[in-house]
Amino acid sequence: MGSNRLPLAPLFGAILLVAAPLVVPSWILFILTLALAKFMVVLAVALFLRAGLVSFGHGLFYAVGAYTVGFGVKWAGLRDALLLVPLGILCAAVVAAFVGVVMARYRGVFFAMLNLAFSMILYAALLKLYWVTGGTDGIGVRPPTFLGVMPPRAIARMSYYYFTLMLTGVVIYAVYRFLASPLGFFLKALGENEIRIEYSGESVRRVIYLTYILSGALGGLAGVLVAFTVGHIVPEYAFWIQSGEFVFVALLGGYGSVPGPLVGTIAFEFIRTYASKYAPEAWQMTLGIIMLLTILFRPGGLWTIYEALASRLSRGWRGAESG
Amino acid sequence: MADIEPILQTIDLTRSFDMVKAADAINVTMGHGELVGIVGANGSGKTTFLNLITGYIKPERGRILIMGRDSAGLPPRLIAKRGIARSFQIPQLYTGLSVQENVLLSLAAASGKGLGFWRPLYQGPWVEESLEILDRFGLKGYAERPVGELPEGGRKLLDIALSFALKPRLLLMDEPTSGVSIEDKFQVMDTLVRVLQESDITTIFVEHDMEVVQRYGRRVLVFDNGRVIADGDPASVLADPEVRKAVLGRV
Amino acid sequence: MALLTIIGLDGAVFAAILFLISVGLTLIFGVLRILNVAHGGIYAFGAYMGTYLALGLLGLGYSPYWSYLMLLAGALLVGLTFGPVIERLFLRRIYGQAEAIQLLLTFSIFLILDDLMKLIWGTKPMFVSAPYILLGQFSVAGITYSWYHILLIGLSVAFGGSLMWVVRATRFGKLVVAVIHDREISVAVGINVNRFYTVAFTLGALCAAVGGALIAPTISVVPGFAVDVTVLGFAVIAIGGMGSLEGAALGALIVGLARALAIHLLPELELVAIYLMMVLVLLIRPQGLFGEVELRRI
Repeated sequence: MGSNRLPLAPLFGAILLVAAPLVVPSWILFILTLALAKFMVVLAVALFLRAGLVSFGHGLFYAVGAYTVGFGVKWAGLRDALLLVPLGILCAAVVAAFVGVVMARYRGVFFAMLNLAFSMILYAALLKLYWVTGGTDGIGVRPPTFLGVMPPRAIARMSYYYFTLMLTGVVIYAVYRFLASPLGFFLKALGENEIRIEYSGESVRRVIYLTYILSGALGGLAGVLVAFTVGHIVPEYAFWIQSGEFVFVALLGGYGSVPGPLVGTIAFEFIRTYASKYAPEAWQMTLGIIMLLTILFRPGGLWTIYEALASRLSRGWRGAESG
Repeated sequence: MADIEPILQTIDLTRSFDMVKAADAINVTMGHGELVGIVGANGSGKTTFLNLITGYIKPERGRILIMGRDSAGLPPRLIAKRGIARSFQIPQLYTGLSVQENVLLSLAAASGKGLGFWRPLYQGPWVEESLEILDRFGLKGYAERPVGELPEGGRKLLDIALSFALKPRLLLMDEPTSGVSIEDKFQVMDTLVRVLQESDITTIFVEHDMEVVQRYGRRVLVFDNGRVIADGDPASVLADPEVRKAVLGRV
Repeated sequence: MALLTIIGLDGAVFAAILFLISVGLTLIFGVLRILNVAHGGIYAFGAYMGTYLALGLLGLGYSPYWSYLMLLAGALLVGLTFGPVIERLFLRRIYGQAEAIQLLLTFSIFLILDDLMKLIWGTKPMFVSAPYILLGQFSVAGITYSWYHILLIGLSVAFGGSLMWVVRATRFGKLVVAVIHDREISVAVGINVNRFYTVAFTLGALCAAVGGALIAPTISVVPGFAVDVTVLGFAVIAIGGMGSLEGAALGALIVGLARALAIHLLPELELVAIYLMMVLVLLIRPQGLFGEVELRRI
């Protein structure tokens, strides 16, 4: 049930994002880059929320992506973004392909818990096998090169931003196509009626499985990009609280759409920056309170606020035309 | 044009639940193009029969042959792929999608490209076909509306349209007129029977309403206590006092 | 042989701790069908409050034997406050909503509790050793144990036992079991559903708070221990069966023993072993060892 409205606000938002490096200070650019990267894993979680499934363990793929970069840098001397990005996506997708075989058989709270368990296994391994993974110290990652070329310092941050923005564009396009495809519709349908799907001859398990691989790949991509942006990888990337954060941001932005998670992630990162500046001891509490309020009063997320406004405005215009 | 094999054949089909024989050595053969009504009191085994054929439950003993191929014990998904579609007493619809999208998903499933993730669901040929199907069922006006806006009879029709869109060889309808108001019952059945006969689909419908069965069925199976106690043309079968006693509880 | 004893003893102590965490969690899930992510937070709060009250009383010069009572008082305070508040203010509004919403709600309460503890009691570790030291120590194969550990095991068994009794012998307990098995019964029996849920949740919260308060003397209470504890609780009830009291006991035993084995034989695998087991059980028997089959067959 897509709308035929011209997406003015998203268009405007896209222009803002493209123009950002020319307008905003460097530290805001950093936050935006981080937000764009994390948006991908939030989107990955949002995909499943559409089907009524909660993944409380996407930290698994996020960490796989990040540590692919980490291990690539530490053990194989790889530095190139154009190598590490596909590698990270591939590793995450492979993990998803294995884990997904199992996950596709579960729903509800079992789906959530099993996801969580898998991610915690990775966390535990990353934590304890410190001679390989660096343990709690993590792994430091220097900025990557592009096809061997290291961008000059003056435009380094801007180049990484545009690189991430470009990948974000690709992801948005791919996910829109996915959601418009039969598989995308079946994903939504399975949250409503699995019986009808099975009696049509399609396998609900395969729908979940294929989506899981896509979702895992997105999570891995996010992990790679965050590793580049932040420069430091820790086992907490796989921790259940990190996964919970992704679910929350998906809800905050609104998981029924593709721009929703983007809005949510950007909002979240800015809130986090300000909270850590003015109330660092109470960051979790701030997050918790926002979550509570969102759930109690606006479970559709920020994007539904926009949609409500947009439809109210367009009704106003139509009223003006006919009146 | 008649097939050599019957579309559906059950041999000694048996299934019990806790010592009660819900299906007791049922032997039934159905040929291509038939229009069969199934009647019986509650608990007579007609729903069990339906569930056994469509794979919702497994038989204890006996065989189910779909166009000559053994199909007992297969899950509903594979039975559907073999050409058997089913509609439900309570319409099974994708409530969050539009009416047209519901049909499109059935078409996608039937085409074998249900899990495609690049080309859109709204593809040219499928879009045309979905509108054509909706038109045949009288639902074209609701194409872009959400499923929730359909009236009760419309939901039933859509449920059957979804099964129809799978292009099955055999369509099983579970109480197609239940929950439909008396005024609409015949209208619904008229539409259904016309569409199905036009497409040469073998049809079985389970019904409580004797009038409906009498009017539309060309052959009637009467179930009682898990057995088929009568099998023939509606007029004579339903006139039989034994049948009337079993089904209606009175003569 | 000595190693086996040590592993057994360690396992029993871990199991006792895990049981106290998990029994409330499984009860809440069984009755309300909500996975209470905030459970670890209530547990830690109980530990903090109990320690705080005990230290306070000792600071006032009272005999250290009062510390036991203070631990209990702290737990009761926390359980009886948070239980009804959380259930009535928050949970009640989201019954029947999507799983994601319910998980996130209890998750957000967890985050709030975690920081609340930091704000109230600061980040320095708190430690009330009196209850622990008072009972003296003993040695097994060169490793020193406190009798408090044995007390813990005993208390946890007693706790479990009294819960079983409540469940079998009291009207409330039987209702709880009935509601766990079949939700419609609560309506049919005509009980005040709202109050029933509040009581059930409060009972679960009390279990958590008491568990935390009892553990406190054996560790230093620091911020962040709620986080580890929460997910261990999930693992235990997933293994034992969500909604089953026996399951919480068995799950706690299994995980406790596994942890003890890992720590003494292959310490790197300690955490991995627990989550690996959780995965295995969820794979083979998703409803857990004692859980009821809830998955729809498709």
